[in-house]
Amino acid sequence: MKLLYFAWVRTNIGKAEEELVAPDHVQTVEGLLDWLATLGPQYAAALDRRNVIKVAINHEYVEHDHPVRPDDEIALFPPVTGG
Amino acid sequence: MIRVQREDFDIGTELALLTEGNSKIGGLASFVGLVRDLADQGAVSAMTLEHYPGMTEKRLAEIEAEARSRWPLDGVLIIHRYGRLEPGDRIVLVATTSAHRQAALESCAFLIDWLKTKAPFWKLEEGAKGTAWVEAKESDDRAAEKWKR
Repeated sequence: MKLLYFAWVRTNIGKAEEELVAPDHVQTVEGLLDWLATLGPQYAAALDRRNVIKVAINHEYVEHDHPVRPDDEIALFPPVTGG
Repeated sequence: MIRVQREDFDIGTELALLTEGNSKIGGLASFVGLVRDLADQGAVSAMTLEHYPGMTEKRLAEIEAEARSRWPLDGVLIIHRYGRLEPGDRIVLVATTSAHRQAALESCAFLIDWLKTKAPFWKLEEGAKGTAWVEAKESDDRAAEKWKR
């Protein structure tokens, strides 16, 4: 899956995007966030405020119980602050 | 019409274009968002707006479509800038035209309220003490909430 990070999720993780192959047990956004947090201290720090992180799959907002698929583009970011 | 751009825009030119050649329009409402100098947070010297290309345009188009479904509008224009901006710089222009003022005024307010909570933009402020990501405000959520159906 293609992962995109924005704002402080991006600056904490230290990269804007990456291609990752998640293990089979990762079936939902929540599972994905749990797994990502194990990839290193920078991921754990970025995902520390888990409940505030917004998720978009293929440009659509989804909740944390939404399923994830290997060919998804999944973006993780803080609440938006434009306008 | 949706435009996401780095460049500045001219308010007069944009508003004139929105009504040009359409004498059925009775009212035009507009909102312009500017970079504020926030002295209480150590004086913001600049900010950088980041966005999610692709998703931004889709979400803004969706917000425009929602406004058009609620009010009888002729024109809708949303211009949102990204990149580095300084105090006084224009960030966003929202403008709507309609036969009557109420539709134009209400839909303009709706568009900026929904944009602030749904369009994927983030502000990084530069101040005297370094940089900080702007936190989302509950007051913005409440402003958007009042338009929920």
